[in-house]
Amino acid sequence: MSVDTATVRHIARLARLQMSDAEVAAMVPELNNILGWVEQLGEVDTDGVEPLTAVIEQKLRLRDDVVNDGGIRNEVLANAPDAQHGFFAVPKVIE
Amino acid sequence: MNAPYRLKGMTGEWEVVIGLEVHAQVVSNAKLFSGAATAFGAEPNTQVSLVDAAMPGMLPVPNRECIRQAVRTGMALDAQINKWSRFDRKNYFYADLPQGYQISQLYHPLVGEGTIEVLLDEKDEGSVRRIGVERIHVEQDAGKLMHDQHPTMSYVDLNRSGVALMEIVSKPDMRSPAEAGAYLRKLRAILRYVGSCDGNMEEGSMRADVNVSVRKPGEAFGTRTETKNVNSVRFVMAVIEHEARRQIDVLEEGGAIVQETRLWDPDKGETRTLRSKEDAHDYRYFPDPDLLPLELDDAFLDECRKSLPELPDAKRRRFEMMGISAYNASVLTAEVETAAWFDALLSNDVDPKQASNWVVAELFGALNRLGASIAECPVSPAHAAELLRLVADGTISGSIAKTVFEKMLESGDPAGAIVEREGLKQTSDTGAIDAEIDKILAANADKVEQYKAGKQQLFGFFVGQTMKAMAGKANPGVVNERLRAKLD
Amino acid sequence: MAGLTGKTIAELRDGFRAGEFSAREIATAFNDAVAAARALNAYTVETPGDALAAADTADNARNRGDLQPLSGIPLGIKDLFATAGVDTTSGSNILKGFKPPYESTVTLNLRRAGAGMLGKLNMDEFAMGSSNETSAYGPVISPWKRSDGGNAALTPGGSSGGSAAAVAAGLAPGVTGTDTGGSIRQPAAFVGISGIKPTYGRCSRWGVVAFASSLDQAGPMTRTVRDCAIMLEAMSGFDPKDSTSLDLPVPHWEAGLSSDLRGKRVGIPREYRIDGVPEEINALWDRGIEWLRDAGAEPVEISLPHTKYALPTYYIIAPAEASSNLARYDGVRYGMREQGSGGLEGMYAATRAAGFGAEVKRRIMIGTYVLSAGFYDAYFNKAQRVRALIKQDFARAFEQCDLILTPTAPSAAFGLGEKMSDPLAMYLNDVFAVPASLAGLPAMSVPGGLDAQGLPLGLHLIGNELDEQGVLNAGLAIEERAGFTARPEKWW
Ligand SMILES: [Mg+2]
Ligand SMILES: [Zn+2]
Repeated sequence: MSVDTATVRHIARLARLQMSDAEVAAMVPELNNILGWVEQLGEVDTDGVEPLTAVIEQKLRLRDDVVNDGGIRNEVLANAPDAQHGFFAVPKVIE
Repeated sequence: MNAPYRLKGMTGEWEVVIGLEVHAQVVSNAKLFSGAATAFGAEPNTQVSLVDAAMPGMLPVPNRECIRQAVRTGMALDAQINKWSRFDRKNYFYADLPQGYQISQLYHPLVGEGTIEVLLDEKDEGSVRRIGVERIHVEQDAGKLMHDQHPTMSYVDLNRSGVALMEIVSKPDMRSPAEAGAYLRKLRAILRYVGSCDGNMEEGSMRADVNVSVRKPGEAFGTRTETKNVNSVRFVMAVIEHEARRQIDVLEEGGAIVQETRLWDPDKGETRTLRSKEDAHDYRYFPDPDLLPLELDDAFLDECRKSLPELPDAKRRRFEMMGISAYNASVLTAEVETAAWFDALLSNDVDPKQASNWVVAELFGALNRLGASIAECPVSPAHAAELLRLVADGTISGSIAKTVFEKMLESGDPAGAIVEREGLKQTSDTGAIDAEIDKILAANADKVEQYKAGKQQLFGFFVGQTMKAMAGKANPGVVNERLRAKLD
Repeated sequence: MAGLTGKTIAELRDGFRAGEFSAREIATAFNDAVAAARALNAYTVETPGDALAAADTADNARNRGDLQPLSGIPLGIKDLFATAGVDTTSGSNILKGFKPPYESTVTLNLRRAGAGMLGKLNMDEFAMGSSNETSAYGPVISPWKRSDGGNAALTPGGSSGGSAAAVAAGLAPGVTGTDTGGSIRQPAAFVGISGIKPTYGRCSRWGVVAFASSLDQAGPMTRTVRDCAIMLEAMSGFDPKDSTSLDLPVPHWEAGLSSDLRGKRVGIPREYRIDGVPEEINALWDRGIEWLRDAGAEPVEISLPHTKYALPTYYIIAPAEASSNLARYDGVRYGMREQGSGGLEGMYAATRAAGFGAEVKRRIMIGTYVLSAGFYDAYFNKAQRVRALIKQDFARAFEQCDLILTPTAPSAAFGLGEKMSDPLAMYLNDVFAVPASLAGLPAMSVPGGLDAQGLPLGLHLIGNELDEQGVLNAGLAIEERAGFTARPEKWW
């Protein structure tokens, strides 16, 4: 499979990365190069092999239903580029 | 069996096919993956942990209770519980989604197939429909955006961010707005019985994505649209009606239905396009590498099963076995609070059938007038039982019981005390009754003549006059018997 | 490098305990060294006050007689670890100015063990890179120079390049690193120090800025194997805040150190002899085998048949996870915001375009692509299947041997700028390191010798799950026999 400029634009849009035409053009061969290389995995016979689910075998632990966090609005908002009246502010979203 | 729901178009009849995806907020103290609180209505961003705000390096740790509630819900729907499931990331950007992905379950949900039985007509056991549930998965809720606080900015509140949701996905098994409404009400009732969701649609604890398509009866499924986040049963039914009609119009004009996400506008009473498939999200689901597979053991599942209460269908059947009418049983089990109140009443040694009639007619009527819910009922089940017993043992008459009940509602006093205080006991004293009857017969000699000449209807008049003279406290059986003795 | 900054953690600890010098003297010596070495660009933030405060606490503790394992030891912290109130940027513009209101579990463990912080260490942006050249702060310059008389600036390796350079140049006796696909081991090899990546789950990932969650592991980088054992012991431990954290007691690795390898079998994987690797690296590998034999171990040839596929597997899984992990950098809650045009969507795209560097964007693009509709099975799921096979290869190998010896990297340190134009050539740096990462196994690099240019080369030990002790012990055996004492000549 190889990518073209339209695909790169689509992927950049999915990833929310603004790209100029020149950047898109430069990205096409780079991605194709890397994708072409990783596609050698096609050689590996993986029939009947389950995808790895846990790096080290162990069970998921569950926590108790206790409220022991929150109430730290100042810390939550401390690094915000724009915080107003206890909210994060973002450019207006039109639904 | 009622007639199938059909919509008429220019080209003939159409069938509507409906599937519902219901998001139900799980009842828990803390969020799905963080220790922040879930309570409704807090100051913005005060119920937010560093995990909920997706600070760099923060990690999710699942809340056992949220998993337990989803499992119990699955069990209540008689669904397959998957002992091995896992969490996936659903990737998309939005200002209310701090991580840039929602932790959800796509490939291996916690709960598999189940069923919900709905009764389309409470009076008709034959109107039962079984609606398939495809799956239930557990996922995080998003935060909230406010658009009306600032001219050029939207405000983000993350209090809801990370609250546990169950997404309950039905099969496309519903064929009418009424079925969808019944399904939603029944699902809500079950969730509330189980205690896994408070079912409060106004606060957003339950909302439905409505999938609608139309087809000519017998044909293959048509293309569907999904109307997102509809927050009342009434609106869900309206969405279906509107959307089916719109689709039929499009198809009959030679158009095609676009698979798309739509939005319900309650003010205009119509749906409109939110986004079409072309710019639909590509969610890039993959297993969340921050979480291991979720494996449940038998002890956990046993505890979940044991903790389940009697569910609406079982309760309804039990009530019917007690001689309660199908309609009453259905009404009394529709809401968990009503059922609990009625069960408490039954535990006070009353006649089930009499009690059910009284609750459905008298109690519901009174609550209606008061605008009160059963939880706010001023009369306790024990007091109500006492009232019913006073009627049953003949201490008071049915009509006096209504008076006593009114006084109970006002004062909160027990029935016996009111009867005693107000001297409302029913009398079977034939001497007193005879004396009144004699007075009435003497004062109405003309009517006695007419009665004896064959105007039988006048018997009721004499009963009424006697009861009135006895201030309603005479035993109606005795009155009847004495009147017949004197007239016939 | 004389005086206190030339000492190991064990020497500093023991000397401090014996009253030969105070913790304040140690901290001051390192603070001065850090301030005098800005030409290396190893630190992005210097926190001399933090180091001094911890030193004073240590001095007081010594007077009271309640010392912690790392009392008196100042450390450098890779900028990937969240440090409360101190800039934590992961070498990225997108996190510029970010001061976390929280402390990572690993650094908290180190602080509780008595350690102080000298500063935050430069690194490849979001740990994506093998040369430290992707950092928003510019590359770290290796303290090493080639012996050819030229003055070419060399890479200290990456992504823990600042960490590596700091230890090699005596700007910290020990540092934290993180390793996703070799980011502790390759830089350790490039600058002639030791570094260990423990079993996945030993060190909590809580508060460590995520690159690829299923691969990321923290670990120490130090001058000696013993120091690695000391530091790893303090960093490790069960953390209920990390769902992948191993709920196991931390072994006493330092106390368990022994270079007696009798009865141990050392696997030599034949697939690690690959074309294009300089002969002197294979020669060092052969010497390593002899050193381990000398320590009592028996070398056995083993096969790890899917080795060849480890790098391409890694370059699907790591970017996929990264593309998702880095979605949170959106200009809303912290870090950089670039207004852009077109409302919220415009703000996102502009912020991320301005905030991320070229390599990070490249990996986000790859990761987004391999997860996108229609490609998930062909790429991501395929890679996870191959990953399972790679893990299985190791499991089978460890039926035949106790640990595995390979070279750490396929080359010595290269010049800055030499590989930046060719991503694939850069990725090949981790060809020997990546398989152990994919399998979650403990692995370490120890210095083995110098190449013809006078640059350090490392040997790489891979252990079975949870067998850090075996890895450390073999590392110690090599360390004792390699006699590696070379230090870069101070030019900065
Ligand atoms: Mg939906
Ligand atoms: Zn959902």
